[in-house]
Amino acid sequence: MINRLVFENLKHRKLRTALSCLSIGFQVSMILAVVGLSHGMLQDSINRAKGVGADIMIKPPGASAISLSGASMPEKFLKYFAARPHVTKVAGINVQAYAGLSTITGINLDEFAALSGGMKYLEGGPFKEKNDMIVDDWYAEQSKKKVGDTVNALNINWRICGIVPAGKLARQLVSLKQLQSVTNSDDKISQAFLKVDTKENVQAVIAALKAVPELEGYGIYSIEEFVSLFSVNNVPALKGFIYVITGLSVVVGFLVVGLTMYTTVLERTREIGILKALGASPGDVMGILVRETLVLAVVGWICGILLSMAANWAINHFIRANMQSELAPDWWPTALGISLTAGLLGAVYPGMRAATQDAIEALSHE
Amino acid sequence: MAEPIIRVKDLKKTYRVGEIEVPALRGVSLDIQPGEFVSVVGPSGSGKSTLFHILGGLASPSSGTVIIGGEDLSSISDRERTRLRRTKVGFVFQRYNLLPTLTAMGNIEMARHFGGNSGPLDTGFVDLLKTLGIHHRLHHKPRALSGGEQQRVAIARALVNHPAILLADEPTGNLDTENSVKVLDVLRDLNNRLGQTILMITHNPEAAAYGHRTVIMRDGRIVGEN
Repeated sequence: MINRLVFENLKHRKLRTALSCLSIGFQVSMILAVVGLSHGMLQDSINRAKGVGADIMIKPPGASAISLSGASMPEKFLKYFAARPHVTKVAGINVQAYAGLSTITGINLDEFAALSGGMKYLEGGPFKEKNDMIVDDWYAEQSKKKVGDTVNALNINWRICGIVPAGKLARQLVSLKQLQSVTNSDDKISQAFLKVDTKENVQAVIAALKAVPELEGYGIYSIEEFVSLFSVNNVPALKGFIYVITGLSVVVGFLVVGLTMYTTVLERTREIGILKALGASPGDVMGILVRETLVLAVVGWICGILLSMAANWAINHFIRANMQSELAPDWWPTALGISLTAGLLGAVYPGMRAATQDAIEALSHE
Repeated sequence: MAEPIIRVKDLKKTYRVGEIEVPALRGVSLDIQPGEFVSVVGPSGSGKSTLFHILGGLASPSSGTVIIGGEDLSSISDRERTRLRRTKVGFVFQRYNLLPTLTAMGNIEMARHFGGNSGPLDTGFVDLLKTLGIHHRLHHKPRALSGGEQQRVAIARALVNHPAILLADEPTGNLDTENSVKVLDVLRDLNNRLGQTILMITHNPEAAAYGHRTVIMRDGRIVGEN
């Protein structure tokens, strides 16, 4: 019977109920979108790192394992790496950031093709001119670019010479020499990739490189080890960012439910008096509001999941070259916990107010 | 004479408004026998509503004795007062006070729920719904019912747990003459046929005349009876 009252009460103010659910839904989707983006972008980075085809990756000192850009490793190291026992191929890349999150990557096409087993072109072909650029199909699709079009980056108009399938190191590849030249990073690279003769020798090569005094402080990883670093915990500030978003969501949920329940209690003062006259205890009155809150929180949570699915689809459909998103079902229970917590916190004060409402005053309420 | 179902002795109630104490009841004594229909009349501020609230367990007395169905209200806790409202008292208010989001039947079921009753309605109560003339209107929400119908639903709701006493506060105050007569007829019928004890507050002498006796209150005291 109480459930029917709860349901009828929520149905009675349809717009308020819908807006409350939607507000809770937005806070839930905010959490899920941030987590989904974090996972999606990290997974994309993993796929692209694996797509290089190398066994070992080396980064200069001070660079975060998965930071995006900067070049401080001398290019001459590549010759040294190539001369190490068991190392069969080497390639160096220079990564430069531009326009926010975008990066442009300089490669020696021959070295890189040898390492990754060759480039497959969906359109066009390799670099011909110094300002030629190879892009992946995601970038081409999102930017509506085709072979022969130009892309302005780092104040240079690059001409697209070829389009390759996504999943090979980067979305925008240019000549290593040209990128070094235009960014005043001559003879510098950001990362080195090494291929080893057999998998069994990978750890031995790494151990030997780590023992070289000149490479002290360098990050030397097997590719498996490197991709394992792509987790939320290893991205500076990402973990904190997720905590902040989660915290904000609890606060927003608390305020939304608090305000909804507060106005509900004020509006229903007289009904609370009636319930008390019928024999409802303070606990019964509180229980009705708590149940209403639980319904709002659960329906809001479902709205949130649906909204996050919509956001996920939109991100992957319209801007997948810049951002990639994954659904994060492992976070759904956490999101439910957050919306329930926020809702119940918001219901405490209005609930107490209703429970302790004087029945006679409530009954005389106009 | 049988043991009174309500025994009120030297009942006093003082409200505190800021620094000032306002006496609402200044020593009321009243016995009501089982099956009696008693009207209480008096001008505004005479204390009749305060008496109604104390008898219904909605307010606690400042001093004196109030015994309903053998239970002394002057010394019981809030929790016990809640239990009293669930089982021993049924309220009918001037403004009907139906829960607007529930149907007429939902309102009745809600009272049953708090009274700890469930399952199908007993035949006596089904007959009562017919007597009240609302059996065909039970699935409507209050806003779809006329004032008279709403008040008869409120009476049904008040009686669903078979309370020892039905307390009615100006039950015809919001009704036109025709509906007032219908409601008063129903109350008298309930009293005559079922022996339902009723205490009705009113300031309408014609309504008061439906009771077996009328208690007159003024300035927090009972000043007469006829």
